[in-house]
Amino acid sequence: MDIHQIYYPMKEFIYLPDVVTLELDREKCNGCRMCLTVCPHAVFEIKDKKAVIRHKDQCMECGACAKNCPQEAITVRSGVGCAAGILNGILRGTEPTCDCSKDSGSCC
Amino acid sequence: MVKISKKPACDCGCNGDGASPSEKKHPGLQPDFIIGSYPSGEKSVPLVSTTWSRTDRLSALKVRWSIGRMHYKVDPGIYAVGKPGDQSLVFVTANYKLSFDHLRRGLDGLDAWILVLDTKGINVWCAAGKGTFGTKELVRRIRIHHLADLVTHRRIILPQLSATGVAAHEVKKMTGFSVTYGPVRAVDIKAFLDSGLKAGERMRTVTFSLADRLKLIPVDIFYAKYYLLLIPALFFLLSGLNPHGYSIEMAVETGSRSILNLFAGYLSGCALTPILLPWIPFRRFSLKGLLVGWLVALFLMGAGTLGNNAVEIGSWFLIMGGLSSFMAMNFTGSSTFTSLSGVQKEMKTAIPVQITMTALGLAGWIFTRFIIL
Repeated sequence: MDIHQIYYPMKEFIYLPDVVTLELDREKCNGCRMCLTVCPHAVFEIKDKKAVIRHKDQCMECGACAKNCPQEAITVRSGVGCAAGILNGILRGTEPTCDCSKDSGSCC
Repeated sequence: MVKISKKPACDCGCNGDGASPSEKKHPGLQPDFIIGSYPSGEKSVPLVSTTWSRTDRLSALKVRWSIGRMHYKVDPGIYAVGKPGDQSLVFVTANYKLSFDHLRRGLDGLDAWILVLDTKGINVWCAAGKGTFGTKELVRRIRIHHLADLVTHRRIILPQLSATGVAAHEVKKMTGFSVTYGPVRAVDIKAFLDSGLKAGERMRTVTFSLADRLKLIPVDIFYAKYYLLLIPALFFLLSGLNPHGYSIEMAVETGSRSILNLFAGYLSGCALTPILLPWIPFRRFSLKGLLVGWLVALFLMGAGTLGNNAVEIGSWFLIMGGLSSFMAMNFTGSSTFTSLSGVQKEMKTAIPVQITMTALGLAGWIFTRFIIL
C-alpha cells in the first residue's frame, strides 16, 4: 500500500454528492492530458485516448481544467467554495468572492 | 476562484504597487533572504538563500496567526538561486512571501531562476482564483523582465495550483514559452526534476492533512476580530440584569460562565471541528459543527457551567450549536475540496437554521435574566 494513502486520506474528503457543475465534451477532446495534469483532485483519467470524468464528486470547481483545455471541451461554473466568500458576495451584491473589503479586511 | 470581470477596489492595503512595505519604510535596507547580487546580462538580479533564517521562520509563524498577513510581500521580478545560466530552469511564483519562501527552500542545491509575479501579496492558489496570478500578469512579466534574453530555452515551470488562473496554451501563443506545471508542493520539486519534469498523481493531488488544517485554524479564530471582545463584554454586562435590578456579583458569576460557553461554542466550530474534520460524521460542515458544538455543550452541562435552569441550558445549546455550526461552515473557505455549488447548497438550509437557533437562544437567555426559574 502506498504510504501516502495513509498520511493523506483524501478519499475521506469528498464534499456533497451530485452538485458539481463539471461537464466534459468527449467529442472535442484530443487526449492532450492537460486536465489530468492540472486537476488537484485527480478527477479525470484517460480512456480510449480521451479524457473521462472519473470522480465527479471530488471536483471542487476550481476551473483549472477548463482554463487549460485547448479544445474548450470542459465547462465548469468555477468559483470559491467558501461560505465567507459567498456571504461576502450576497452582502455586496457581487459574485461570490474572497476579495478584500472594508468590512472583512481579509484577503485570502 | 471566481472570475471577476471588474476588479473591485481593495481597501485593505493588499492592492499596493508591489513594493514591500519594509522597503518603503527603510529605503536601502534589503531583506535578509537576499545574500548578494548575481549578474544577468548587463544588469544584476538579487541572489537568494535557499534556507530559512530565524526571521523567516518567526514571520511565517506570525502570518499564520494573522499578524501582518496582508503585508507579507516580496518585490516582483527575477531572482537567482545558486549559479544559474542561460540553460537554467525558470520557476514562477507569487509575491506572497510565504509562497516565495517555500519555493526558494525547495530549490536548495539547484541553479535556477525565480520569476516572481505581482499577485498583490496573495498566495498562488488564491491569486490564481482571483486572476491576479493569471495569463495576463505572467505574459506581462515575461516581457518586462526580458525572459527571452535571460534563457535560451523556452520553458517555464509554474506551481500546479496556478493553473486556475493561467491558460498554458495562451501563454505559449503569446510569448513562445511553454508552461510546465510542476508539483503542488515546492518540497516535491527535486523529485519532479528527477523524474524528468513529470509530476506523479501524488505530487499533483491536493491533500488536507491534520498538519495542513492546524496551520489554517489560527486565521479562522481571528475571523470575528474585535467582536471576540465586544460580544463577550456585552454578555458580561447583561449578566448582571435580574428582576430586582442590577447586580455586579451576578455579572461576575453568570457573566464569566456565559463567556466560557460562548468561546466554547466558537472554538468548537473554528478549531475543534477542523481538527476532527475527517472523523466527524456528515458531509456538510454545518452539521459537523452543530454536532461538535452540542457535544461540547453536553460536556459543559455535565461540568455545571452551562446554566442554572432548563431554559438557560436550552438557550446555550441553541447559541453554541448555531455558533459552532456557522464557524465550521466558514472553514469550507480554508478547506481544499469544497465546491462553490456544494457550499451554496449547504448554506441555503444552514444559514436560516443557524440564525433561528442563535436568535432563539439569545431570546431564551435574556428571558432568564428577568424571570426567576
